[in-house]
Amino acid sequence: MNAMNDIGAVQTILPKAPKCVSAWRSAAMVLAIGAAACFSMPEQLGLLTRIFVTALLVLSLDLVVGVAGLATLGHAAMFGVGAYAAGNFALHVAPDPLVGLAIGMVAGGVLALVSGLFLLRYQGFTFLMLTVAVSQIMLSLAQKARDWTGGDDGLSGFMNSPLLGRFAFDLEGKVAAGYSLIVLVVLFYVARRLVDSPFGLAVRGVHENRARMAALGTPVFRRLLAVYTAAGLLAGAAGALSAQTNAVVGLDSLSFALSAEILVMLVLGGAGNLNGALLGAAIFTMLHHTASSINPYHWLFVVGFLLMAVVLISPAKALALLRRRLGGVQ
Amino acid sequence: MSQLLEVRGLDKHFGGLHVTRNVSFQVAAGERLALIGPNGAGKTTLVNQVSGVLRPDSGAIYLQGEDVTPRSQAQRVRAGLARTFQITTLAPHFPVQRQVELALFEREGLTGRAWRSIDSYPALQAEALELLERLGLRAHASVATQDLAYGEQRLVEMALALALRPKVLLLDEPMAGVPKGDGARLLAALDSLPRELGVLIIEHDMDLVFRFASRILVLAEGAVLANGTPDEIRRDPKVRAAYLGP
Repeated sequence: MNAMNDIGAVQTILPKAPKCVSAWRSAAMVLAIGAAACFSMPEQLGLLTRIFVTALLVLSLDLVVGVAGLATLGHAAMFGVGAYAAGNFALHVAPDPLVGLAIGMVAGGVLALVSGLFLLRYQGFTFLMLTVAVSQIMLSLAQKARDWTGGDDGLSGFMNSPLLGRFAFDLEGKVAAGYSLIVLVVLFYVARRLVDSPFGLAVRGVHENRARMAALGTPVFRRLLAVYTAAGLLAGAAGALSAQTNAVVGLDSLSFALSAEILVMLVLGGAGNLNGALLGAAIFTMLHHTASSINPYHWLFVVGFLLMAVVLISPAKALALLRRRLGGVQ
Repeated sequence: MSQLLEVRGLDKHFGGLHVTRNVSFQVAAGERLALIGPNGAGKTTLVNQVSGVLRPDSGAIYLQGEDVTPRSQAQRVRAGLARTFQITTLAPHFPVQRQVELALFEREGLTGRAWRSIDSYPALQAEALELLERLGLRAHASVATQDLAYGEQRLVEMALALALRPKVLLLDEPMAGVPKGDGARLLAALDSLPRELGVLIIEHDMDLVFRFASRILVLAEGAVLANGTPDEIRRDPKVRAAYLGP
């Protein structure tokens, strides 16, 4: 009897082992929330589609910034290249959206791989500035290559064939919203698996402490290149979705402003856990939409204040304040 | 005794500063070699060259008879050379258990795998917990590393090195900064290191050095001043003058 009590005591003393959240459960949650939003706001499908696409792009950024710990201001480069690749593919080769999506992913992934071979030899501020340089180079190339990008007029005039040969892209945007949501959910699931795998753990380890990882025998450069390429694939997918659902690709898809904006979204939602990326993208895009319809000139003020609030007030403090307001116990 | 680690004629400059001067030594299986010397003697620089953080200007490093001088740090780890750091170098936000699991994944060459969850390797999980148990850290398995006491973080450093199952272990001041009272567990950990392991330890605590080491290498101004058994070193007049005192 005594012995049994002892065992019970030991088990209660030992804290629970760390455990990852199940990947399919979090993906199912995203699907449920996204679908609920689509059904409850059928007149806002355009906005929701934009949120899904932006969320995928911020998710990709989270792999680089939050997971691998590499601050970048050039992430739009992979997005824009994916968008132009998908647009050109639809215009010149075939209008199938899924093949176009794959082409966009490959384009983003290849750019990440090639630029990463050079960029990832640097860290910190040097890396940050070089990512800006790479995206600016891509932007100038896009401005010059008018035949492929339409220059300042943008690339347009391409259409999508029906999805899987059955679902034609309608004017209300039902198919576009459903398609973007499903791509987001699938790639979110993939990203979740990636982050919770031994590979993801090693990349997070590099974020935490490079010297430690090198001392454990991690090929640091190769791991970072792999995660950067994976992020490029996701950003390319977001670009392709953007091209297909808007039927136009502009130079702004490669702009510095977009790179900075998605970083703001990531900070807003919280970097490093993937869920925050989706949350930040949703909040920012909705806020942008609402604030700019109230005042098209000064909506950035709202975003500015919000960002200051996020940086200055820690989530713990905000939660405590909220609890006090709601009369809950501390 | 077979030589696990052999360092031949290592030389290194930092600009005009000659920090390692023609240093040679060997570590055999089961040997405990202590590296001592005044501050600035070049001890950590020497360990950094052996582990592959720094490249020597000239000289060579052999691991089990194989020249590893041109190899990267990661390759040397895979060849059986592990180290700890003088200044605690850990992933501060990781739970202790995850940290050790990461070392095990690395040892097993699994960190290229990008699909199966880290929770689905029960054998490695059990091994991590067993290792933590041995070092008295089992109760802290799910605590973030930065929340541990400093002495316990030093033990985690040791756990990571041991998780790699090295043949040669480089310990860079394992007791540095540990309050006297907390040192007992570290000492116990040092005493329970696998017998056949070759150990190179840098340490300033002379009681520990003379108790633990089977041989001592004295470094002064980057050069080897003396190399012998603890008794020989204790009696050596040059060492007494330069470091130990009368």
